[in-house]
Amino acid sequence: MNRPEDEMIVPEGWGFVETIDRRDFLRLTSTGLLVVFAVKPPEGAMRPVWNFAEQQRTPPDFNAFLHIGANGRVTLLVGKIEMGQGIITGLPQIVAEELNVPLEMVDCVMGDTDLCPFDSGTFGSLSVWRLGPILHAAAAEARAVLVQLASEKLGVPVADLSVKDGVVVSKTDANKKATYGELAGGKKIERRFEGKAALDKVSEYTIIGKSYPRRDAVEKVTGKAMYAGDIAPPNAMHARIVRPPAHGASITAIDTSAAEKLPGVRIVKDGELVAVLHAHRDEADKALKLVKTTVTPSPNTLDHENIFAHLEEVAVEKRPAGAAGDVAAGEKAATQVVAAKYLKGYVAHSPMETHTAIAAVGADGRVTVWASTQTPYPLQTQVARALKFAPEKVRVITPFVGGGFGGKSANAQGVEAARLAVAAGVPVRVAWSRDEEFFYDTFDPAAVISIRAGLDASKRIVLWDNEITGAGGRGAGMFYDVPNHRTVTKGSWSGNQGAMHPFAVGPWRAPGANANVWARESHIDALAAKVGMDPVEFRLLNLQNPRMRRVLDACAKKFGWTPKPGPSKRGYGVAIGEDAGTYVANMAEVKVDAATGAIKVIRVVCAQDMGVVVNPEGAMQQMEGCIMMGLGYTLAEEARFKNGEVLDKNFGSYTLPKFSWMPKIETMLIDNPDLPSQGGGEPAIVSMGAVIANAVFDATGVRLTQLPMTPTRVKAALGKK
Amino acid sequence: MKPIAFTLNGVARSVTVEEDRDLLWVLRDDLGFTGTKFGCGASFCGACTVLVDGKEVRSCVTPIRSVAGKKVVTVEGLAKGDKLTPVQEAFIEHVGFQCGYCTSGMVIGATALLAANPKPTREQIIRGLERHLCRCGAHQRVVAAVESAAQKMAGGKS
Ligand code: FES
Ligand code: FES
Repeated sequence: MNRPEDEMIVPEGWGFVETIDRRDFLRLTSTGLLVVFAVKPPEGAMRPVWNFAEQQRTPPDFNAFLHIGANGRVTLLVGKIEMGQGIITGLPQIVAEELNVPLEMVDCVMGDTDLCPFDSGTFGSLSVWRLGPILHAAAAEARAVLVQLASEKLGVPVADLSVKDGVVVSKTDANKKATYGELAGGKKIERRFEGKAALDKVSEYTIIGKSYPRRDAVEKVTGKAMYAGDIAPPNAMHARIVRPPAHGASITAIDTSAAEKLPGVRIVKDGELVAVLHAHRDEADKALKLVKTTVTPSPNTLDHENIFAHLEEVAVEKRPAGAAGDVAAGEKAATQVVAAKYLKGYVAHSPMETHTAIAAVGADGRVTVWASTQTPYPLQTQVARALKFAPEKVRVITPFVGGGFGGKSANAQGVEAARLAVAAGVPVRVAWSRDEEFFYDTFDPAAVISIRAGLDASKRIVLWDNEITGAGGRGAGMFYDVPNHRTVTKGSWSGNQGAMHPFAVGPWRAPGANANVWARESHIDALAAKVGMDPVEFRLLNLQNPRMRRVLDACAKKFGWTPKPGPSKRGYGVAIGEDAGTYVANMAEVKVDAATGAIKVIRVVCAQDMGVVVNPEGAMQQMEGCIMMGLGYTLAEEARFKNGEVLDKNFGSYTLPKFSWMPKIETMLIDNPDLPSQGGGEPAIVSMGAVIANAVFDATGVRLTQLPMTPTRVKAALGKK
Repeated sequence: MKPIAFTLNGVARSVTVEEDRDLLWVLRDDLGFTGTKFGCGASFCGACTVLVDGKEVRSCVTPIRSVAGKKVVTVEGLAKGDKLTPVQEAFIEHVGFQCGYCTSGMVIGATALLAANPKPTREQIIRGLERHLCRCGAHQRVVAAVESAAQKMAGGKS
């Protein structure tokens, strides 16, 4: 990824098959200052239990390395990866700030299991939110060490020293100074982070809070940025794997004789894994088409229509996900009750780069896998298990990732590439076709959400009874003032409890929250309409949380919201939500074409309180991305399937948001310097379903309770009016 | 197999391959030009877009024989050394990308669009890029980048 310049702490050949082990790495960094840090796993960091590799590493409790070399360059080594969210710029900003060095002096090496310390994965908006505080503290620690060294070298007390641009200077005699490079060079200093050094004050930040240009920009506009599929070790071959046509179908016989006749084709088998190999991808594709299979069809009878009844029937296990008061008392107190059931289909991740990996066996017998992954360390473990190798014999390197959104937390392609590379004796590249991507995706699960809510005579919500099947509890937390509420979940967005789903499901950008916030905020709107109140005023009446009120208020000002009970025919919608510690409010304006049922989103305003903002431009890019991506699951995206077969196989039938869908997007960040940085990759997407659904209600008086709101569904709903 | 000759990024090339091979994979696998990306393989996403005689084509569905005698330009061929084109500069300035995977195709698409229509309206930019997908949702900034590149290029000429 971003290659360290000048003094290479990473050996020549980094990025290719030669591998180094951890001891070599520590030797390479044995001069200069190395800070090894993380006192304990950050709360909520979700360390996966399956990672036995982690236990075998010493020391086991760090999240990152920070190295300062004799040339004064700082290298940050983190197990996180860059998939477009911009942390390749944001994380070094934090380090540069606390170390008082220019940002250009900080290199960043990411997602390489040989060089970077363990990290459970890049997801959940955790990078700045959870790793950020550790980076702050570690860099401050490093600065303290360097200042101490300077004090000894210059004979000046620590209190009389200051640091600017990587130079420690005496406050009283400007001639007494030493650069970080001079202080760190030629020494072997290893410091465990103790978390005692004083942090920079937020008000004194000079680097955090600035919108630095993205460090990956030039590479990405010139085609030089390397993604997994672009890595080309000598003699590498493409693999196309023989696949069953449906989930639950099994292949009983494979005939590769016709494929084998094509020049350059090799057939490779490893157990049930059978693949056609060719040096050229298109010729491998051609060969795969010639492979004949005998298949026992899938016994699965589910499809995208009967799935909802199935989910309600099979999801038995109920888990409490928040409660207060007593819902029976709420029922008694309520003078009006509104109940509804909300349905949402499966949504694909659809990163533009499909799951891709290339694996090669080195002369030393170690396997290197370059993978398009959000979770290099868990992948290392999975590969080691599949190959029955010790984990330290597997290295995973993560080049730039072409979009993840949660879907690249699952890495079957990496394991496939490794198994085939070992079986074939040559480097093997597995890049899923779009069809495979739709088939093996870990979809955002379909969900059925029932809400029964009651109001008293003063229009206050006194009852909230919520049952969530499929989506899990994220996003369903109750921040309105409801004395009696209860939320239970049946099944979650991860795993496939009790064979609920016909295929794999998994984390999808703000997992579960898109469904839950949509249902809740739709329902809040329905309550407002029931009592004839403006939806913003109704929310404020039932909401004391000052932080959320401030965000909603800011959004309303920017949007120019004037109170009117819905449906006002203006096509205005509002929705609020909380995710990854960040509070968000959205407002939208839509037009609905009654003849076609098409929804045109004209404008979306989004206000977000995410605490201290490391890189405002970067944060706004994430918000805009969330809004565009959110239009997809709101208006069009729903994977169709039948008898285990995923019917959507490419973008011809499964539509992603396009340029012509683009509303006018206006984002704003609420200043909140008292709160440390919260998550930013996901929050702005969670309220997209509701803000559009509520705007559609405001425009038409019709409430849609199923996502996506396709033209067909809109027309049908309008017809019933 | 007969040799197929064409110009790639200004350099004469000849490849001796099956004539129905996809331009995308000849570029990537045979010639090592990996800036051009695979996204869908079926002309839906635009990640594989290259210029053929100045027009944008989807290299994933373009047989190599059809570029014989023509000028092919990939994203690697736009900049002259370190000197980026106005379109590339505008993509950097307006941050018309996130993960960057659609970016090669977007930059090429925008280049073709501005060559054909140096003063596009916002509507024309949107329509011109409609068949380029971006999952990260960088759309608003891509449009801003193309608008600003158009302005800069117009300024440069007058
Ligand atoms: S890969 Fe060619 S259009 Fe998608
Ligand atoms: S920047 Fe990621 S797909 Fe466009």
